[in-house]
Amino acid sequence: MIRDEEKIHKSRRMIARRGILIAAGQLAAIGILADKLRVLQLTQASEYRNLAEKNRISVRLMVPERGRIFDRNGVVLADNRQLYRILIIREEAGDFEAVLDDLGKIIDIPPDVRAKKIEEIKNRRSFVPVVVAEDVDWNEFAAVSANSPSLRGTSAESGYSRIYPHGRDFAHLIGYVGSVDSRDRLRPEDRDPLLEVPDFSIGKTGIEAGMDLTLRGKSGIRKIEVNAYGKAMREIDRTDSVPGDNIVLSVDHLLQNYVHARMQEIAAGTAALLDIETGEVLALVSRPGFDPNKFASGITQKEFDEILQLKSSLVSRSVRSGYPPGSTFKMVTALAALEAGAISYSEKVFCGGSIESSNRKFHCWRRGGHGRVDFVRSIAESCDIYFYTLAEKVGIDRISAMARRLGIGVKFDLPIPEISAGLAPTKEWKLQMRSSAWTIGDTLNAGIGQGFVSATALQIAVMTARIASGRAVEPKIVKRIGSSENDHSVEPLGLGESWLAKVRTGMFEVVNNSKGTAFKSRTVQKNLLIAGKTGTSQIRNITAEERRRGVVRNEDLPWERRDHALFCGYIPADDPKIAAVVIVDHGGSGSEAAAPLARDMLIRAHVGEIPPLSAYPESQREEIRRQQGNLNVLRQKPATRARSRA
Amino acid sequence: MCFGRSRRRERDPGRESEFGRHSRRLRPASLATGTRASRFPQAVRVDFMAYIAKSEKSEPTGFSKILHLNWGLMLLVLSASALGLIVLYSVAGGSWHPWASAQAIRFAFGLAIILVVAVVPVWFWQGIAVPTYIGAIGFLILVELLGVTGMGARRWIDLGFVRLQPSEFMKVALVMALATYYDWLSLEKVSRPLWILPPLAMILIPAEIIRNQPDLGTSVLVVAGGLFVMFAAGVSLLYFAALAAAAAAIVAFVIWSRGTEWQVLKDYQYKRLDTFFDPSLDPFGSGYHITQSKIALGSGGWSGRGFLQGTQSQLNFLPEKHTDFVFTTFAEEFGFVWGMLLIAIYGIILGYCVVFAITSRNRYSSLLVLGLGGMFFLYFTINMGMVMGLLPVVGVPLPFISYGGSATMVLAIAFGLIQSAHVHRAR
Repeated sequence: MIRDEEKIHKSRRMIARRGILIAAGQLAAIGILADKLRVLQLTQASEYRNLAEKNRISVRLMVPERGRIFDRNGVVLADNRQLYRILIIREEAGDFEAVLDDLGKIIDIPPDVRAKKIEEIKNRRSFVPVVVAEDVDWNEFAAVSANSPSLRGTSAESGYSRIYPHGRDFAHLIGYVGSVDSRDRLRPEDRDPLLEVPDFSIGKTGIEAGMDLTLRGKSGIRKIEVNAYGKAMREIDRTDSVPGDNIVLSVDHLLQNYVHARMQEIAAGTAALLDIETGEVLALVSRPGFDPNKFASGITQKEFDEILQLKSSLVSRSVRSGYPPGSTFKMVTALAALEAGAISYSEKVFCGGSIESSNRKFHCWRRGGHGRVDFVRSIAESCDIYFYTLAEKVGIDRISAMARRLGIGVKFDLPIPEISAGLAPTKEWKLQMRSSAWTIGDTLNAGIGQGFVSATALQIAVMTARIASGRAVEPKIVKRIGSSENDHSVEPLGLGESWLAKVRTGMFEVVNNSKGTAFKSRTVQKNLLIAGKTGTSQIRNITAEERRRGVVRNEDLPWERRDHALFCGYIPADDPKIAAVVIVDHGGSGSEAAAPLARDMLIRAHVGEIPPLSAYPESQREEIRRQQGNLNVLRQKPATRARSRA
Repeated sequence: MCFGRSRRRERDPGRESEFGRHSRRLRPASLATGTRASRFPQAVRVDFMAYIAKSEKSEPTGFSKILHLNWGLMLLVLSASALGLIVLYSVAGGSWHPWASAQAIRFAFGLAIILVVAVVPVWFWQGIAVPTYIGAIGFLILVELLGVTGMGARRWIDLGFVRLQPSEFMKVALVMALATYYDWLSLEKVSRPLWILPPLAMILIPAEIIRNQPDLGTSVLVVAGGLFVMFAAGVSLLYFAALAAAAAAIVAFVIWSRGTEWQVLKDYQYKRLDTFFDPSLDPFGSGYHITQSKIALGSGGWSGRGFLQGTQSQLNFLPEKHTDFVFTTFAEEFGFVWGMLLIAIYGIILGYCVVFAITSRNRYSSLLVLGLGGMFFLYFTINMGMVMGLLPVVGVPLPFISYGGSATMVLAIAFGLIQSAHVHRAR
């Protein structure tokens, strides 16, 4: 015990000794720090302050030029325009109102702008540059630069603004750029210092957003010595900025323009055209549109309100909006049934206008019924009863698996942030999302593309291309980045060629058989025959009460409750090259509203010019001629191709 | 609390180590109360009164421990943290976002850690010192392995609101483990060569793992912190003299070997040394930070340019202006007076640590507090020395001021331990 006490005592003596040594050492170190701080801040203060004021080194980020976007023929779709602006720094200007007066002698500064700028300069911290004149012309820019020694604290800078020469045509597909907002800054994967640069623009929607990092480029750094007036004295070091890569899209701007013009008269809708061989998107249109240039150059509240008043014109319908595909989905059900071996081509189903299943009545679109229909006729005349029967036999699991194989319910890997997956519903999906069990009625509805099934225009186009080619066509929108070409390798779909051939026969009959649903939209020129499928998708239930009173005609319904009109098809029927989908929102029947549009677009895409009248049945030519005359489309203009750098 | 009171003290029959007075872990409650009652019959029972009177010689229990924290020390820590928030607000250009608000949450969390760690008896922390140390080593290795196999070069574990670097926790774990070792080791053996080896291994193993990450700065800090505890524990000065001589010899050789065929460092590494001694040689490369930092400090003067008015730190693109170089903004905007005040706050905190270590009757507590204080000392002297151009640029944050999660958490744990030693000191 006593020994322990002694030990504690010894230990404490040792710690005391060492503690004092440590304290002394620490005190000395703190003394050195304090003394150094004194020397820096007091003794040499004026020297460093001079350094700070007189000859300070300023590091400036250099904004790279944004990559341009071209169409497949090298026509520029998104371009940069050089723009000049005048900045002022209060700290360096001193009496900035006097400087503004001097500046006013060179460039025009309206009194109200001047008052606003003075307010802004006062509110900003003294060393932050304030833009006093945006977008001045080159002469003014040169004049200000030349006079800058007498205009204290001002500097002239050049920058870029984005313009879209084909504004409305590509509003949704290419999107637009805008200034960086707080949401963009919070994205953890994107910590580019450029985002901190005032007035820097990044892609907000469409390709501009989806390929923003490719288009943006890398910032450069300029280290310059600046004198007391903020004037750059000497450039010390410079790392040039790397401009963003140019992108060549697979779209054809003339075709896009044509499709857009052809849809001018409909209130809302969408169309998609694909190259079947490569999967390249040739045109992707959503209506109504807007002018992206308004966004890129800063939009006023009034202009924005105007855009919002149009029926959701900002929505990129072609890739974003899920529509019930209606009868265009019947090929999916048919192929699922063929794969399951649930049907033979010659087997006939009797259509009496309706069937009963699990105590519910399911109606065919033709109230009187089709009579006995076989496989090909069921597609050509779009008999609902036939497909109810198939769907019941095959079951929802096989149908939605086939839908996904054909592209419906699949989110395509395209650089468009708005893209959505649509829905090929399954039992699990309904249980999870709707917390109710899947019913046989759900299967029947799904079998004719109603109920929970939902597809985007692009997905239906891909489905059409896959059926037409028998290969797993993947949609592509980017043809080339910088100088590296995208390659297309297309795998076979793995569906029996005889099944596909039978389905194609059905689709051919849709247009070319006098009983087909789209016979009115046929072509007569041998090399321009088309095949396709109409769809008229209900967006409401028709109650038994309504049926008793007689089905209400679409035209009598308010616009937003009318059926969607769809048509999907390909050209030429015997050697498919191009697939197209047209959806007219609340357009009524697919054969009336959508098929004629799709026919024109398919011919236009295939022949590369305004469709020849010889393609149309003689009885329709007069009307087509009139309609073509009214069409306001771009003609090939060689001048627009000049600026291609890609 | 004066030196030498120990002789009059009743010894603790329940202590485990040779030196420690581990409070009353094993002392029967009745005996304890009896002793206290007989010695201080008129002892005031109301805790708050006890706190005021400071006559109560027993250890506080329960929530009353909060009252027995060293609130002077707390006040220093809190005021340094408040200064930190103000500077981060200014560095962001007068905005809580993105740094000050996040740091405020961490400070609140850190405060909670201090309180929780402080009310747990210091003997508990001593008891888990060795497992903690082994666990920290395990974590270092784990991070190393994961970093190799698939997570890229990550050196941290993400808890969502804060990223933890195991190497930061190693610093505290090492001090705890070494203090435990020297508390256990009898005094005669402290300087024997054989007994020097275990602590050296305890220091060098984590140091090597961290150096391998690679994070030379933290590795050097770990070694220095470990040497602090060994020094405090009474390891013969001869060892330290030998170490210093060896270090000097190595430095001399490194400098001498330049240009000869035995050249130790790569050319670019010598260049770095050159620019450290004379930043003007490379004003826009590695000397750039130091030049800019000095200009910012110097232009602060006596009273600074004023809050939010620091042109140098606001305008320049110093990438670490909110972390390692935060002191430049502080000193430019607030000037010499406030800079000295911050140094004084650090100094008083260190002074408290030394006084506590000398007066404490618990060897473990003394060594722990000296070690943690030493670690804290290294943090701020290296950071300030670097900012002022006295030391080469290494990534060490300024305690309580710099933005950063791991450092804040580790500081909170360290100061929680110091408070725990204070609350549970032998009276």
